[in-house]
Amino acid sequence: MNVTGKDHAQLAGAFNKDTQRVNWHDETLWWIRAKRDKAVHGLPEWEALRETASKIKHNVLANLDTYLQQFEVNAMGNGVTVHWAADAAEHNRIVHQLLTKKRITRMVKSKSMLTEECGLNEYLAEHGIEVIDSDLGERIVQLAKEPPSHIVLPCIHKKKEEIGDLFHEHLGTPAGNADPQFLTNTARHHLREVFLTRKAALTGVNFAVAETGEIVVCTNEGNADMGAHLADIHIASMGIEKLIPQRKHLGVFLRILTRSATGQPITTYSSHFKSPQPGKEMHIILVDNGRSTQLGREEFRNSLKCIRCGACMNTCPVYRRSGGHSYHNAIAGPIGSILAPNLNMERYADLPFASTLCGSCSNVCPVKIDIHDQLYKWRQVLVKAGYTPKTKTAAMKIMSTTLASPTAYRLAGKAGRMVIKYAPFAVNNALNPWYKQRDMPEAPKQSFREWYNDNRKKKN
Amino acid sequence: MRVGLFIPCYVDQFFPNAAIATLELLEKLGVAVQFPINQTCCGQPMANSGYEHLTGGCNELFMKNFDGFDYIVAPSGSCVLHVREHLRSDEAPVKARDIAHKVFELTSFLTDILKVESLDSRFPYRVGMHQSCHGQRGLHLSQMTELVAPQFSKPGKLLGMVKDIDLIPLSRKDECCGFGGTFCVTEEAVSAKMGQDRVEDHLEHGAEYITGVDMSCLMHMEGILKRRDSKVKVIHIAEILNAQL
Repeated sequence: MNVTGKDHAQLAGAFNKDTQRVNWHDETLWWIRAKRDKAVHGLPEWEALRETASKIKHNVLANLDTYLQQFEVNAMGNGVTVHWAADAAEHNRIVHQLLTKKRITRMVKSKSMLTEECGLNEYLAEHGIEVIDSDLGERIVQLAKEPPSHIVLPCIHKKKEEIGDLFHEHLGTPAGNADPQFLTNTARHHLREVFLTRKAALTGVNFAVAETGEIVVCTNEGNADMGAHLADIHIASMGIEKLIPQRKHLGVFLRILTRSATGQPITTYSSHFKSPQPGKEMHIILVDNGRSTQLGREEFRNSLKCIRCGACMNTCPVYRRSGGHSYHNAIAGPIGSILAPNLNMERYADLPFASTLCGSCSNVCPVKIDIHDQLYKWRQVLVKAGYTPKTKTAAMKIMSTTLASPTAYRLAGKAGRMVIKYAPFAVNNALNPWYKQRDMPEAPKQSFREWYNDNRKKKN
Repeated sequence: MRVGLFIPCYVDQFFPNAAIATLELLEKLGVAVQFPINQTCCGQPMANSGYEHLTGGCNELFMKNFDGFDYIVAPSGSCVLHVREHLRSDEAPVKARDIAHKVFELTSFLTDILKVESLDSRFPYRVGMHQSCHGQRGLHLSQMTELVAPQFSKPGKLLGMVKDIDLIPLSRKDECCGFGGTFCVTEEAVSAKMGQDRVEDHLEHGAEYITGVDMSCLMHMEGILKRRDSKVKVIHIAEILNAQL
């Protein structure tokens, strides 16, 4: 259940009221999955790259304390100020303090899912600080006052006509103009003014290199660079799991990131930030916010390998047909569903159940996270912790007792078939969710075991 | 070779023809098959809903029924995957693992253990092959489109031995049908939409039958086909491999 009181199934149900939109959403994301397939099938060494990336991250997670300290020492040596934030609140406070000290009330921010996770924009707005997101997709959802619905493609749920309307309302473009090139150009002019006037820029971090103390930020729009280079103070927020041991490991990660995300060989900009420009400041905030708890959950530790490529969302048949907002969490889709319960089991208890466990997510994951197995494991944890409806637990207990007894099973099976055969109205009604859009199977006159008794046992 | 026939509970109750075809097919191939009459369910419906701790009774019963066989064969990828991964016993953990490893999904038993190279069957229809996820991604019955790896398909190889069958291509070769166990009712909207989209792919390519290794996926798609009064039918792969039309 989320703050609106609706769970994934209810929010997905609402999304499915508009079939044309669901079709369009599904096709759009499937097209990205197809682009990903084309890109990876062009690399014979693809599976070896995934394996290598997974092992590098395994090493990072197994030695996270050491790499974090190494990174801190090296970053400080480069003239960067390093901050540690135990949780979202501390992260937000640190950002606020840095801005207050400089008397800055307007900041530009490139894409950072971590700041979404921390609710930074809302926090700063409450404290009178305006944040403008410079990633085009993020700017669009910001204008719409919505959260991103996808970690790589924040406004993938919006059609170009809707974006045209938003731009008309907020940026003064002519009504009815939905030409993508025109709208992008408008956004470019609008953001250029922002880049030139903001004294502070916040960026996310894709990779932090322990041996050099540098960070790498990947964008297609160059917006992180525009913001960071023009501002007096550059704040980079990163989850503590973003580390890689050495610079050479980028040779693996930069190759898998964008191929998995969009099917491009590499992001347009893969920018290394190592030290502040003369007279300017660079800050890195290392954020835990539940990550060390997840690190301690052995069954779920691998989820921290995630490099936020979004491939699991694009391939997920449930995500494509339920939309990112139905996950009511900063990170949607399969990966969001295994990360969110770590932050709050009660609030996100529905998410691990929003899956058929088809396993496509684990297959596309470039760092080989066993996503669908973790969904299964979260279900067990959530049930045991008491976060499932009591009615479901009662039904499951009856089911398990029945199925553990051959006699009870035979009687129940026969009763079930009798109901379907002679009293179909008992199941073919609105109270049966199966029947809403699907017919019930026909009841055969004999079960297989009855047939077997008649045709094999008696002959023997 | 002593083979125990493991028939999933819902197949026993609602799709006896798939079970009969499995039995007849194995018998035709010279296998001595026994159906332990007191079997019920593998416990997957509880486990996938988060109640694996309630599957002790099913596990115990499964072990009692299938102890002593050389192989245990089932016309289902999903139930086999569940037993392989989750059959447990506190009292006899080694025996549980031993039994779990003897459980085979029908088509892989035919290709890998019996090493079937030809079949005496005929099915003169246009058929769409649905890749059930647990069989494909869980048991690796066929190569998966996500991976960069050599192509193969165990059910596909067997269907290729059937006379006069016309296998149709699909736009999305291995997308889930949305059944997902209790998912089909708890997430009714998405589940039904996934099923409709999967069915549509088969219809667009002119299927007369939709087949697969799991009756659960086929039951889901059948529910959708019937709702739209389609003449297209679902049929378990065992029924095609056993057919002599």
